[in-house]
Amino acid sequence: MTRSALPVLTVVTAILALWYAGTVQMNSAWVLDRAERAGAELSFTELVAETMTQARPTLPAPHQVVVELWETTVVEEFTGRRGWWNTGTLSNRSLIHHGWITLSATALGFAIGTTLGFLLAIGIVHNRAMDASVMPWAIASQTIPIIALAPMIIVVLNSVGITGLLPKAVIAAYLSFFPVVVGMVKGLRTPDAMQLDLMKTYNASSAETFWKLRLPSSMPYLFASMKIGIAAALVGTIVGELPVQQGGLGVRLLSGSYFGQTLQIWSALFAAAILAAALVGTVGAIERRTLRRMGMAR
Amino acid sequence: MRDSAAAPVIAAQGLGLTFQTNDGPVHALRDVSLSIGKGEFVSFIGPSGCGKTTFLRVIADLEQPTAGQITVNGMSPAEARRARAYGYVFQAAGLYPWRTIEGNVRLPLEIMGYSRAEQTERAARVLELVDLAGFGRKFPWQLSGGMQQRASIARALAFDADILLMDEPFGALDEIVRDRLNEELLRLWHRTEKTIGFVTHSIPEAVYLSTRIVVMSPRPGRITDVIDSPLPRERPLDIRDTPEFIEVAHRVREGLRAGHEDD
Repeated sequence: MTRSALPVLTVVTAILALWYAGTVQMNSAWVLDRAERAGAELSFTELVAETMTQARPTLPAPHQVVVELWETTVVEEFTGRRGWWNTGTLSNRSLIHHGWITLSATALGFAIGTTLGFLLAIGIVHNRAMDASVMPWAIASQTIPIIALAPMIIVVLNSVGITGLLPKAVIAAYLSFFPVVVGMVKGLRTPDAMQLDLMKTYNASSAETFWKLRLPSSMPYLFASMKIGIAAALVGTIVGELPVQQGGLGVRLLSGSYFGQTLQIWSALFAAAILAAALVGTVGAIERRTLRRMGMAR
Repeated sequence: MRDSAAAPVIAAQGLGLTFQTNDGPVHALRDVSLSIGKGEFVSFIGPSGCGKTTFLRVIADLEQPTAGQITVNGMSPAEARRARAYGYVFQAAGLYPWRTIEGNVRLPLEIMGYSRAEQTERAARVLELVDLAGFGRKFPWQLSGGMQQRASIARALAFDADILLMDEPFGALDEIVRDRLNEELLRLWHRTEKTIGFVTHSIPEAVYLSTRIVVMSPRPGRITDVIDSPLPRERPLDIRDTPEFIEVAHRVREGLRAGHEDD
């Protein structure tokens, strides 16, 4: 643990140093401009300090983002007028509220996408016609930019009366089924000829071969695809939130950019990144548990 | 030869198998006729491409012959496979890494619908038979290659098929392990009285184990000699130093050489 901590810390420190340098560099123009108009002379320390205290910096400093994250989560919920402490419901200005909206659509979309990908993979492996026909369509589906497709999905579903969580989840599923299909087709085909012959000598049905051989041997592939799939589902949800405009981290990103609220953009960005890390981490934890119980983790 | 003539377990007549490939037809087997009686231990030996594995796979209904007839227990190989007439041991142990040793032995029993209690009872019995009692809860990667292969033999024995088909089961093991497993296999054969078809390319192994040795040669795959072993059924390892053993081994070697001169 300590051995891996040092390189990680080094990289994080380097990134922070670059970020701070960038903050000074990118925000100084505005500071100098204002100082010139006021006719004031700025020392270097004053200049640096000024670049990190702006309300709408071009590039916010890391600590500003951290403070913004803190204030729009814990502080807002516990002390805000509309916060959870005072009203019993989450504040619509807090990232916890928006993060929860994103998380629920992501989870539903991931569940739909994984199930769909799983079923398609079973079909592809067991049915020659599906093997020849499904994969090209699955690949084609991923070449269409989701940003172009998302509003159409929302509009179409809206017109048949489906609103709320589901349209966003459908977009998340659209992105997350693909890695699951690709990974599971590969995984379900890992058993070699000898292992399939062995099942044949037992006169096993294809259902028995699936449950006892193909599915267990595909587990490592399933988890690898699910890690990609859940991150893709989050991206899909955020894209889906843009046209829906009913809360979520995507809405925070968009409204932040409308009003030039860079701090809001960056904190929403980090909230999304933290959420993604937590989701991938959760899948990873389930993976370790499952593989250990299957005796496959050494 | 005991009662092999009366009721052959495996009877092949004029058996042929031709694979169509891009380079033209490949005659994996041509005009193979052989009858194996109950309780025999028959080895198939020959260079690669001689069809020994193909013949075993035809018996097991894993390949379809293109000429001739074959019966297994008086049935077609497909019927025999559906009746679970044989256990098959492959060159690699092929244990499922996600199952314990006992779980691997249970695999055919689960598929064949044995009750849980009977699965446990049978798994314990066959693991005992291959000297792996006490290793049931280990995972395959915790066992040596020789132990894994013994577990795969236990798996093939678990459902009590009369026929055991073994395709170079000890081919990937070192000689010391192989010697011990050969000895154990003979002991197991005595105890279970199964009919064994055994593919190998080791002359000492074939002579040491078999009651009959079938020498095969390639292009086309065919039988060139069938040798009835004069060795007694009880065979300690040092029987390999006796003149009878060396005599049989010599004849096998001659048969293999003769097959090559035809090329």
